[in-house]
Amino acid sequence: MKKFTTLHSHIIPLAIDNVDTDMIIPAQHLKSVSKEGYGENVFSALRSMYPDFVLNKPQYNTGKILVSKENFGCGSSREHAVWAIQQYGIETVICNSFSDIFFNNSAKNGLLLITQPLEVINEMLAIAENDPTTVMTVDLPNQSISYNGKGYHFDYDGFRKHCLINGLDDLDYLMSHTSEINKYEEHHGKA
Amino acid sequence: MKQNIINKIWNTHLVHSKAGFPEMLYIDRILLHEVTSAQAFAELKNRNIPIRNKHNIIATIDHSIPTDKNRIVIADEIARKQVDTLRANCKETGITIYDIDSHHQGIVHVVGPELGFTLPGKTIICGDSHTSTHGAFGALAFGVGTSEITHAMASSCILQDKPKTYKVEFKGMPNQYFTAKDAILKLIAEIGIGGGKGCVIEYVGEYIRSLSMEARMTICNMSIECGARAGLIAPDATTLSYLEGREYAPKGANWGQAKQEWLALASDEGADYDYSITIDITGAGPMITWGINPEHAIALNETTPAINAGGDKATLEKAYAYTQLQPGQSLVGTAIDFAFVGSCTNGRIEDLRAVAKILDGRKVANNVTMYIVPGSEQVMEMAQAEGLDKIFAAAGADFRMPGCSMCLAMNPDKVPEGKRCISTTNRNFIGRQGPNSITHLASPQTVAASAVLGKIAGQEHLA
Ligand code: SF4
Repeated sequence: MKKFTTLHSHIIPLAIDNVDTDMIIPAQHLKSVSKEGYGENVFSALRSMYPDFVLNKPQYNTGKILVSKENFGCGSSREHAVWAIQQYGIETVICNSFSDIFFNNSAKNGLLLITQPLEVINEMLAIAENDPTTVMTVDLPNQSISYNGKGYHFDYDGFRKHCLINGLDDLDYLMSHTSEINKYEEHHGKA
Repeated sequence: MKQNIINKIWNTHLVHSKAGFPEMLYIDRILLHEVTSAQAFAELKNRNIPIRNKHNIIATIDHSIPTDKNRIVIADEIARKQVDTLRANCKETGITIYDIDSHHQGIVHVVGPELGFTLPGKTIICGDSHTSTHGAFGALAFGVGTSEITHAMASSCILQDKPKTYKVEFKGMPNQYFTAKDAILKLIAEIGIGGGKGCVIEYVGEYIRSLSMEARMTICNMSIECGARAGLIAPDATTLSYLEGREYAPKGANWGQAKQEWLALASDEGADYDYSITIDITGAGPMITWGINPEHAIALNETTPAINAGGDKATLEKAYAYTQLQPGQSLVGTAIDFAFVGSCTNGRIEDLRAVAKILDGRKVANNVTMYIVPGSEQVMEMAQAEGLDKIFAAAGADFRMPGCSMCLAMNPDKVPEGKRCISTTNRNFIGRQGPNSITHLASPQTVAASAVLGKIAGQEHLA
């Protein structure tokens, strides 16, 4: 897994609630057997239906930070949604809240998800809409976001932070606890 | 200490927990299908990690396969590759796969319970969000992504933060046309699509106890549509009589012991929950969705909400523009092009029987294409044995082979661009049933009545 420490980037404002995984990557694009090749189809339905959709605007082409509102990533469990976002080039998503499965899937692939209060989200959205050249810095070790001289703290789970900064994944962690798993199975039997 | 069923199952499956780390939860059962498993097999192979307990895993194919009679031929090359990859992976690793013509192929959430692979008190995962379905048996069943499938195949464990617990009680008795589908839509309309976030729901109350296993599965299935991580119902006599004698269910003396253990899973009297809500369904009637997510649901006899009725205004505006409807209108009478019965929500034998009862002696309207897709080969064979297929054919509906079909636009069954479909499925997201298609979620009975009348209608509107 790729390591994540700090990121400086333009902001992509996606000012809607409930961005679902069918929006992020429609099912017709899921038929691959690999983890690659999803980036070009990210938000494909919205991009083709709405010419003014944010990812169709060239001024947001270089953004690696996506800001959206409530309940981002709801719907299907497809991890393809995380792969698609990452392969498009987005490395951090900032929202008021995320769906549980999407949150889990993101941490396991090194996509940093940050929650912020709605007032802060609305301010970020307004700034990115007014001035697409605004640069934001996300600093994971210090758990801070800054832009235009403003700074915000964000909460982040210690274990996931350790994994992201060091590029470790959960499988390594689980396999290092094999003796506990053996003990559990001796005691409970294999289901 | 008094415990609810969710915490009982969670606590007995904890392998390791340490402050500041997510908990290591033992996973008893894994269900696989063709869309989300290939990358997991590949990852294990790459890292040279064997599968820890292959007997705790079964696979079937459902999402990307065609549902016509000649389904053995998959014209779409990429879908074929996905199916063939799963077949090859199962063969190589010795995992049991319920393939076409095994008499058990079908939608993974229909097949697991039918085989008795889904059992009370077990932890179950599948790379599909509607894994919550299996909670109907008093199992703790999570939908997960491909990484967690990989983890569980390698270690029989996943890392999860402990969920919050949410008690949902349905109170009172509804009217005669109200079904389990209407109950869950009513809950989602009430608490919203993020209302259950971070939680596992336990459904309780007299109404729940009165329901069959099929109906309980419909309720648990859509737990994910209010954002819950899982939903479950404590096992009782109905659960036991459904499971007895099924292929993977315990037999003989083991059955007697299992029964005791399962009944003991019920939440202790007075156990605490993090959240609770009571939904009054006294006299309630059928529900239907009008918008672009499952919380956009209203009773069939209500009118659509005003733009400023609460919720995100931009979303509501977008919803009306997409579904070509107006605030303040009734949906009854809106012309439809497609009617779909099927999916892991409503593709079981009881659903098909309910539809057959309505279609018997009637015809699907000329302007409507109706698909009836059994959730599994078992459901299909039962329907044929009962003569339901003849009723469907006489009514002019297309009774097809098992699979996810028109639930998601991933196989040849799609709602064409701009067409309106009334559907027994679980998601009315933009483009879910096909690019630019419009979906109204409803019960099988409401779908059947609408198919006959050619426009959105309830059973009470039938002559
Ligand atoms: S029927 Fe629909 S919701 Fe159920 S597993 Fe298949 S695609 Fe998913």
